[in-house]
Amino acid sequence: MNIARAHVLVGVDEEARLAGVERVLSALRRALEEAGLADEVQVVETGTLGISGRGVVLVVYPEGVYYAGVTPEDVPEIVTEHLLKGRPVERLRLAAGWPQLEPRHILGRQVRVVLRNCGIIDPEDIEEYIAAGGYEALGKALTGLSPEGVLEEVKRAKLRGRGGAGFPTGVKWEAVRRAPGDEKYVVCNADEGEPGTFKDRLILEGDPHKLIEGMALAAYAVGAKKGYVYIRGEYALSISRMQRAISQARQYGLLGDDILGSGFSFQLEVLPGAGAYVCGEETSLLESAEGKRGWPRIRPAFPASRGLWEKPTVVNNVETLANVPEIVRQGAAWYRGLGTPTCPGTKVYTILGNVRYPGLVEVEMGIPLRALVYELGGGVPEGRALKGVLVGGAAGAFLSPQDLDARLDFDSMRELAAALGSGAVLVMDDTTCLVDMLASVLRFFRHESCGQCTPCRAGTDVLVRLVEQVRRGEGDERTLKLMLETAEVMNLASLCPLGQSVALPTASALSRFRTEFEAHLAGAPCPRCQEGGR
Amino acid sequence: VTVEKLEVIRRFPRERGQLLTILHELQRANEGNYLTGEDLRLVADYLGLPLSAVHDAVTFYSLFSLKHRGKHIIRLCDSPPCHLAGAWSLLSALQEELGIGVGQTTEDGLFTLELTSCLGVCGVAPAMMIDDEVYGNLTPERLREILEGYREGS
Repeated sequence: MNIARAHVLVGVDEEARLAGVERVLSALRRALEEAGLADEVQVVETGTLGISGRGVVLVVYPEGVYYAGVTPEDVPEIVTEHLLKGRPVERLRLAAGWPQLEPRHILGRQVRVVLRNCGIIDPEDIEEYIAAGGYEALGKALTGLSPEGVLEEVKRAKLRGRGGAGFPTGVKWEAVRRAPGDEKYVVCNADEGEPGTFKDRLILEGDPHKLIEGMALAAYAVGAKKGYVYIRGEYALSISRMQRAISQARQYGLLGDDILGSGFSFQLEVLPGAGAYVCGEETSLLESAEGKRGWPRIRPAFPASRGLWEKPTVVNNVETLANVPEIVRQGAAWYRGLGTPTCPGTKVYTILGNVRYPGLVEVEMGIPLRALVYELGGGVPEGRALKGVLVGGAAGAFLSPQDLDARLDFDSMRELAAALGSGAVLVMDDTTCLVDMLASVLRFFRHESCGQCTPCRAGTDVLVRLVEQVRRGEGDERTLKLMLETAEVMNLASLCPLGQSVALPTASALSRFRTEFEAHLAGAPCPRCQEGGR
Repeated sequence: VTVEKLEVIRRFPRERGQLLTILHELQRANEGNYLTGEDLRLVADYLGLPLSAVHDAVTFYSLFSLKHRGKHIIRLCDSPPCHLAGAWSLLSALQEELGIGVGQTTEDGLFTLELTSCLGVCGVAPAMMIDDEVYGNLTPERLREILEGYREGS
């Protein structure tokens, strides 16, 4: 094996693909060949580098120089100037404010547990994952820990579900473990559809083996022999990477029968979704995985006692499961040293909207919203002011600049009548109209309501009509009151979290930005509503 | 054609949980990006399900269609992040350029226009998908260029 003197890491994710990363890669390989560097410089296709909106991004190591917006035409210059002569191409370098890994993988304020390997290893090569400490936790568990031991470790770590609800993972697992019966399942919810959220996609694309390892550990802990990864139908790259990773793990004896000679067997399979936001709700997902329409089930019973095919089932989000290998590897005490006492660990966020540095970040639980928006996101572009932040996606709350000191963890957000949700952070500058944004959120819910229960099916439609009235300047105080009441009825009476969560954006927008709604009712002209009203 | 379809179907285990996976494969194999009545019957027979159960599932999911669709399916993201970045102006540009509304197919059978929820590429909002390709940082001008590319390619 050649020892390369330099590595070029190219972030290959959906965004890079649309920016033409395939052409950049072939240009790079060709240019290295022509320059006689093919043996000295290794090209590594890695997952996301966490940088959004800047086209093809690549990093040259050992210097750690980041290039952004790279086109095939730029490649010869990078090869001859940087890789041959050692002079970085200044015009292509990524500006200093963006998160850039230093040679020792320190990333400013970020603490990377889940994203440890993202943008560093080649996700299509199991050996790179193993070299980075991958499957060590599974080996440790299967050779030295009982299933109860793994369960205890996760309980002691106080890991909470990263899909949005923050339910203690260990408690869920214990319920499945204790449930009677031999046939149990582990299902990974990778039906990521919350607007503004793409963390799970980037984990699937950037480090699929971490998820496999987390699922195998979960299966071992609860006594399941079969698992499914339910991935959104639109995520073509995630589906193919995951399938590839599963077949590699099988070849290496890390999935399948009698794993590592331990007697433990675990089969894993990918199930693609087919375009339904509601399937992100766990019981809808299970219905869909059974080949039915994705209608939520009436609870109880919960999936822990009657899940897939009526059998006890663990349903966990991608990020939750991706935390598990590190918890088992480094221990619960280490994990609890991160984050807050009630919400240990880290959280992955997608920062987007009107910020300088949109992208994917992982920080400890409990950091203030201000740090996320200003330190990591770089704040709103120059000449603009911050108007608000939608935290948690469409099912989240509109927060105002007065909330910037709020801490980002499940409990602090709940105190604020907000939700951490999926970790989507949509930053809005002063050109945004909140009536218009709320209308967009409500239209989204009307479109995605599955139609099974009346409060949600009718309520989402009523809310869209009402907000459109406000937008046109029709209606009065009673219109706003009716909006709040409708949202509250939905919160109380809807069958599943889809309908229940509409209250959050509605009430938060109407309370924190009430003057804007009143101004529309008073007939003040709003350019956004006049252009965008439909 | 039926024989070919049966070959596709038989690659999968006879389990109800395989329904969506099989439907994806059949739809991909059909010209017109849709599922025929025969497809539904074949899957129902194979999995031992009533036809109504298959129909019930198919009509729930936005990625499946029972109507003949265009050669290319345009899915414009209409979620809040794309809205913030101006997706509303793109919808009218698309409708104008194609001369059709949402859910309709152009007369030449080339494009079907649909809306989709978040595509998860919000860093380059506003975004859309054409078939399996994602396009971001859209403006009405860029939109026309992209469509032109598909028209020339057909």
